[in-house]
Amino acid sequence: MAQAYTPGLKVTRRITHRVKRILPIAGDVLVKVGDRVGANDVVAETFMPGDIEPINLANLLSMPPQDVAECVLKKEGEKVMIGEPLAQTKGIFGLFKTTYRSKHEGIVETVSPVTGQLILRGDPIPVQVKAYISGEVVEVISDEGVIIENDVSFVQGIFGIGGETFGPIMTACNSHDQEVTADLITADMKGAVIIGGARATAGAIRKARDVGAAALVTGGLDDEDLRDFLGYDLGVAITGTEQVGLTLIITEGFGEIAMAQRTFELLGSRQGDEASVNGATQIRAGVMRPEIIIPLTADEKAHEAEPEHTTGLLEIGRPVRIIRDPYFGLIGEVSGLPAELQVLDSGSKARVLEVRFDSGESVTIPRANVELIEA
Amino acid sequence: MTKIDPDQVNVILATDCGSTTTKAILIQRVDGEYRQTHRGEAPTTVEKPFADVTMGVINSVTEVAELADRRLVDDQGRIIQPATETEGCDLYISTSSAGGGLQMMVAGVVAQMTAASAKRAALGAGAIVMDVIAANDKRRPHEQIQRIRELRPDMILLSGGTDGGNTTQVVQIAELIAPAKPQPRFGSEFTLPLIFAGNKDAAPLVAKAFDESIDLTIVENLRPTLERENLGPARDAIHDMFLEHVMAHAPGYDKLMGWTDAPIMPTPGAVGNILQTIAQRQNINVVGVDIGGATTDVFSVFDKTFNRTVSANLGMSYSISNVCAETGMANILRWVHFDMDERELRNRVKNKMIRPTTIPQSKEALIFEQAVAREALRLAYIQHKEFATTLKGVQQQRTIGDTFSQQTGGQTIVDNMKLDLLVASGGVLSHAPRMHQTAALLIDAFEPEGFTTLAKDSIFMMPHLGVLAQVHPQASLEVFTRDCLIYLGTCVAAKGLGKLGRPCFEYQITGDTLNESGTINFGDVKLLPLGPDETAEVTIDPARGFDVGAGPGKQVQRKVTGGTVGLFLDGRGRPLILPEQRSEAQKMMMRWVTAMELYPEMEPALV
Repeated sequence: MAQAYTPGLKVTRRITHRVKRILPIAGDVLVKVGDRVGANDVVAETFMPGDIEPINLANLLSMPPQDVAECVLKKEGEKVMIGEPLAQTKGIFGLFKTTYRSKHEGIVETVSPVTGQLILRGDPIPVQVKAYISGEVVEVISDEGVIIENDVSFVQGIFGIGGETFGPIMTACNSHDQEVTADLITADMKGAVIIGGARATAGAIRKARDVGAAALVTGGLDDEDLRDFLGYDLGVAITGTEQVGLTLIITEGFGEIAMAQRTFELLGSRQGDEASVNGATQIRAGVMRPEIIIPLTADEKAHEAEPEHTTGLLEIGRPVRIIRDPYFGLIGEVSGLPAELQVLDSGSKARVLEVRFDSGESVTIPRANVELIEA
Repeated sequence: MTKIDPDQVNVILATDCGSTTTKAILIQRVDGEYRQTHRGEAPTTVEKPFADVTMGVINSVTEVAELADRRLVDDQGRIIQPATETEGCDLYISTSSAGGGLQMMVAGVVAQMTAASAKRAALGAGAIVMDVIAANDKRRPHEQIQRIRELRPDMILLSGGTDGGNTTQVVQIAELIAPAKPQPRFGSEFTLPLIFAGNKDAAPLVAKAFDESIDLTIVENLRPTLERENLGPARDAIHDMFLEHVMAHAPGYDKLMGWTDAPIMPTPGAVGNILQTIAQRQNINVVGVDIGGATTDVFSVFDKTFNRTVSANLGMSYSISNVCAETGMANILRWVHFDMDERELRNRVKNKMIRPTTIPQSKEALIFEQAVAREALRLAYIQHKEFATTLKGVQQQRTIGDTFSQQTGGQTIVDNMKLDLLVASGGVLSHAPRMHQTAALLIDAFEPEGFTTLAKDSIFMMPHLGVLAQVHPQASLEVFTRDCLIYLGTCVAAKGLGKLGRPCFEYQITGDTLNESGTINFGDVKLLPLGPDETAEVTIDPARGFDVGAGPGKQVQRKVTGGTVGLFLDGRGRPLILPEQRSEAQKMMMRWVTAMELYPEMEPALV
């Protein structure tokens, strides 16, 4: 039987966390095992082959493709600058020559006798990989990158937009169920990772961007507001490359929903600490959730014991979050796990569980519609 | 692989290794007939920490073995062959879509001609086509190169030029691909396979364009003349490369390939195979659909021509938000017969997208999800119709009589009036609480015309039977008709539009269990009981302007078969149009919901 529930999102005060920082193609690793790095330090770099510009000289110089090679003034591997003559026809008795001056800078890679096409390769493009979290280099993957480790507080969100960023934690709300409105976002939050409570309004999101905040982390948001902020309707949950001036993370889901109290308390307790944040979300094969990583200080490492990290099984007494209407967003604990399939209101048959809320009320939910709250 | 004597085959084991689940079925000869007897499933084990697909296969086979009380796996963890009275199987076959299936980039000279043929070949072989590069695709060369660099395909199919025709442009495309140095998806040590199926005169020149970073295979031109497609050799080469390169690099597949008695096929390729076999054997036109969480596959066979399309971002979980973005909330809500708050619905759609494994708990949520499914299927079918066309670029001889009915190449070959069988598979269709809902989704989204049989794939067995068709067609067909399909019934629908409430057609039905006659008015639909294995003689007299297969206003008489739902008499018109005004659409939907018995136990407040 396929997995009957969504594994929960991780929210933990202390965990030993490793990040793999890899170049897209082979290159140079700039650090060694044991080095301490800061989030903003470059740990590996390389050069991607430059962009290619095909130039069809046969067409441009009105000549047969097989004659192009002898008219090219540069050898393969030689550099040409913008405006420099790249090819010249032989003309008639040495007169009436036509010259083609390059419109691009680059190195002549090939000249084809079949098509008369010259391939010009631009300057190599530098690619740098930063550490992303501060910590210690624990492994160097030769020519590719490194693995960095640190003890951190770690919070996974459910959905985000925008890429990697850093900044100090600043709390905007007084409680986990307070809506994030524009008036709560202030100019001193420039460069900060703002922690909200419940739904962020459209005005608050815009203001966070306008004051230059690095990120906004909150419980929920309206899809309409997301569409307005992005400028388009998001079709597929593959995000992280948006250039919208703000990394935005929601921890619970879409709609008017409060941040889980435990998440709010954890983030709130790290006020002023540097956090590494990434909004990238991918919900297909190889699930990727947005994350907030806050490295512990030496003092915290000494005092904060690593909790027992529970994963896996649905058991009586386990805290769960309901992730589908009609009880979307409510948190309770498992109070029953009937084995037999039950008919839902929709008419479908499914495996269910019983969830009891703090109020004492109990409801029956398909197992597919809850997720574990993991420590 | 040993040669198989079909007469000696009594027990067949088949697995389908999907991205998340590996499904195994057992087929046994019972009283001289092949029947599917047991099934089992287990999580697929391609990803870490297992990284060996055979573990999932053995787990699913073990489940089958327990249910069948038949030992299928020996102590060394191998499938036992051949079969004896109590253990083993005679034939073991498998399909695979694990690891995201087969992802390809195709290229050709003209987007509407050779590139379109190349795309058809790749899709037909079961691939996901990531992009089509063509000389006239309106992108500038450096943009095309940039795109090639970004993609990480499993292989590339390059076509272009008819035999003896232009070589320059084909080589030009090769010269764009070569310096872009596309990287394969799996591992940097693996050379990227590229199949050239273009102008044969260009083949040596194309070969020169590539260095050792590309593994080039040259096959016959897939478009030797403008008038003819020759997709077979390219499709076969894709299957070979899929096994040699892609599968060989997926964890555990080298072992699995050693076990099977027929080459492992990509899952959609196998589904296409069985639908082609059935269309050919029964001489019918078939459309099959498989709607998943992320994608929707549509397969069709019309007049022996097979087509497959994959709508990459139309699905019911990962892609649900994209369905809403593409069609608009108004188009979805027209299928819902009560009020819903649009703002809240938008949030619900996004919540399903970010938590794709959840299922509708309330009837209201189910109705909304089925409304989205109608639109996903409708859009996927439109894309399919646009793709499944006659060859473009073909010169046609015309007479003076054609002056006013000129048809250019590129007309769709999908003709709903000629469609005989419509087969549904995929979660939202196969797991609908009532089969009436599955049938209604098919009729509303595909709008079949004339007489069409509706069926669903009972337990998604089509991939297994597709591979089996290659080595044992008889067993494959027997299981397909007896166990694979659940017949929902027949839909009789009139093409044309009229005035609401005015007669659309008259019907007379005679049979052992059903004898009825009457009139269906335009805008109405009626469901009559006609069970599985029951047949009836149906005579339809369409009103002027309406057509049920013989032409406008002309009578048609046919024998129809029933199913678990029954016989639909559909006078709602084709194309199916709902009123634009929300309240009017709601009233109309309410009538249809009641007539088609979609949600009978629903609270009166909602209906």
